[in-house]
Amino acid sequence: MNYSKLKKARVIVSLLFFILTISLFLDIYEKYANETVQEILYLQFIPSLMKFLSTFAIGTIGFLIIIALTAFMGRIYCSSICPLGILQDAFAWIARKRSTKKFFYKKKKSYPILRYTLLGITIIGLILSFSTVVTLLDPYSNFGRIMTYLIRPVVVLVNNGLSLLLHKVEVYTLSPVKLVMAPWFIFSFSLVLLVAIAYMSYKRGRLFCNTICPVGTFLGLLSKISFLKIQFKADSCTKCGKCIGACKSECIDIKTFTIDHSRCVDCFNCLTACEDSALAFTAKKQSSADITNSERRTVIATGIGLLLGQTVLADVKSKKDTSKLLVNEKDHPVAPPGSISIRRFNDICTGCGLCVAACPTQVLQPAVNQYGLKGFMQPHMDYLSGYCNFDCRGCGQICPTGAILPITIEEKQLTQLGKAVFVKENCVVYTDGTDCGACSEHCPTKAVNMVPYEGKLLIPEVNQDICIGCGACEHPCPIDAPYKAIFVNGNAIHQAAEKPKEEEQTTAPVEEDFPF
Amino acid sequence: MKRRDFLRTGIGASLLSGALPLFGGLESVKGMPASTEYDLAAVRGGNGGDMFDRAIEAIGGIEKYVKSGQKVVVKPNIGWDAPPERAANTNPDVVARIVQRCKEAGASEVYVFDNTCNKWDRCYRNSGIEEAVKAAGGKMIPGNTESFYKEVDIPNGVSLKKAKVHKMIFESDVFINVPVMKHHSSTRISLAMKNLMGVVWDRKFYHSNDLHQCIADFCTFKKPDLNIIDGYNMMTKNGPRGVSVADVTNLKALIASSDIVAADAAATKMFGLEPSEIGHIKIAHSMRLGNMNLEELSISKQKMA
Repeated sequence: MNYSKLKKARVIVSLLFFILTISLFLDIYEKYANETVQEILYLQFIPSLMKFLSTFAIGTIGFLIIIALTAFMGRIYCSSICPLGILQDAFAWIARKRSTKKFFYKKKKSYPILRYTLLGITIIGLILSFSTVVTLLDPYSNFGRIMTYLIRPVVVLVNNGLSLLLHKVEVYTLSPVKLVMAPWFIFSFSLVLLVAIAYMSYKRGRLFCNTICPVGTFLGLLSKISFLKIQFKADSCTKCGKCIGACKSECIDIKTFTIDHSRCVDCFNCLTACEDSALAFTAKKQSSADITNSERRTVIATGIGLLLGQTVLADVKSKKDTSKLLVNEKDHPVAPPGSISIRRFNDICTGCGLCVAACPTQVLQPAVNQYGLKGFMQPHMDYLSGYCNFDCRGCGQICPTGAILPITIEEKQLTQLGKAVFVKENCVVYTDGTDCGACSEHCPTKAVNMVPYEGKLLIPEVNQDICIGCGACEHPCPIDAPYKAIFVNGNAIHQAAEKPKEEEQTTAPVEEDFPF
Repeated sequence: MKRRDFLRTGIGASLLSGALPLFGGLESVKGMPASTEYDLAAVRGGNGGDMFDRAIEAIGGIEKYVKSGQKVVVKPNIGWDAPPERAANTNPDVVARIVQRCKEAGASEVYVFDNTCNKWDRCYRNSGIEEAVKAAGGKMIPGNTESFYKEVDIPNGVSLKKAKVHKMIFESDVFINVPVMKHHSSTRISLAMKNLMGVVWDRKFYHSNDLHQCIADFCTFKKPDLNIIDGYNMMTKNGPRGVSVADVTNLKALIASSDIVAADAAATKMFGLEPSEIGHIKIAHSMRLGNMNLEELSISKQKMA
């Protein structure tokens, strides 16, 4: 009856959420993402949960709304809000369009051991603050990485190509955008994930959501007992099997007139497929065939050794003789401003890559092994890619999990992420005897100052008290890594930098006259 | 070069020989015949735009530099994400007035760009230059990716033999260089010659291969047709970025010359420094790229009420 409207509504809501979420990752001109992100991602389950756990902010109860919604009407989150779920629907839709099969899907068994094991591991990961598990399994974060590391570069390349063409005819509405590719390991990781998800959904609909995704499994527990659910009217059923052919979750069993509600994602496809009005989305009502779903709830929490001990060393090519230069040794990587401490940050961040996509200078890059295993794919300040813009706090504004807190610009400008360390032996003033000073030029607080050296030469000197560790010195240093003459050694716990002193005027400029 | 030499030795010398009083008769410049042109003009006491008008009049008028139908590229310093009062970038009023005068002189297009140090779109916006230029009828061109730059040989360069130069420099008929008067931590001051690092893609090469020599070398490849040094606000320390407005003095000065070395020499003196103390000015002078000996030039000095 009205089920076609219900399904249409589901599709429209899904597309809306999908487009809005995508737009956050593709805001390459910094137009709206920072202002709209908190609203758009409010209902994303894991980000909202992480934010709640990390900040205990009353406002961050998006995940509670989802729990309530699921208890009321099932896993509507999975079909309409989760971007990874909607992405899979896109692949599944293509598969069905291309297929000539009358019944595309078949009833399949679930994989309870795998499902509940992964859910158990995720919960333990959350309790023990071992966020790597969450990072790897959270559907939103996985989607985010696909967007940031695979799709965004394509969009940037297209934009850059188009803008060059337009510039040829003197149209300057588009302009090229800086592009830093993710480390190959993370790029490949995201690509493999995308291919795997595409393959699974192309062949078997929501297999990923019902086997691997911990959010799907968790919400599945709730949807089993939800108020509204899809139910059989056995009397009307002609056992034509059209509902099974339309079910992306492969969870309808017409032999017993049962639906595995833990796997049903509320796509409503079966409702529109049924021509006999034998299926209804309705309040709990015992049908003739009683719910005898005796699925084992095997919540086995066994640790899985994640063999990701990757050591990826940058391939260093240097034109200069580096035999006498010292290799930079950092005690800690540099965590973004607002993350408070590396440990806290590693506990909360799920590596969705949204800040990496939004960072205007592209200084935020996903870590491979910089933080160790726990911080795999979490962003760190990569001063080879860029440096932190003094007047920007975009990452804290956009972070949906609270791993990077939205600090004010005044706080940010006094937050010391690390300390600049000057390596005289590597500096061109020392090695070549020529002026340079690129580090001091870019330093926003003049923590790096040029002081007299031999003859008329000036050489950098660092005042770590006012250094905020933004990397504006390390990035422009003309010596190639890892032999930078100045580099930022990360602070494990961010500290407060002193405010630069506003000195009196030392040089008296010529008054009202011409000195020539 | 030849024109400048001619001016320097000919008209310049004759003017210097007595026609130019130091203080009293400054305002008399207006009364001079239109054919009289100075090598360099220095103006003080006005706002940025008006000082430019006075200065350009004294060195021949904008029509001397910009002909009808020509494309003009204006290169201010837009290096930093900082507001105008910090004097980290060229004053937007000065840039806007230049754009306006070029358009009035019949320029078909006036392009403005810089290869910025901070994120380019923030610099363009927060410097106030983007808005001012657009209002004056100019076009802001990005310079943030390598695709805008074309590699050229610099045969007369000593350290800088090759550079990637922004294509607008080749595609325009007139090149106007508009630096701001700034202290600079590595080169001591940042003026007209230093500002030309912003038309080049790879600045790291300069820094690791004798910075002063590279700055001078670039002028063997291309010298601007006109240099306007904006000293309305002058950054006296913590340059080139500056930390706060405490680094800025409201100097109300502007220097204009087609001789880039002379313009830099005059501005250097505004800091109480000698041109020969500044590596790249000294090198450029000795490479005969211009004249840093101001006493050999005809200079129009004007004070505005």
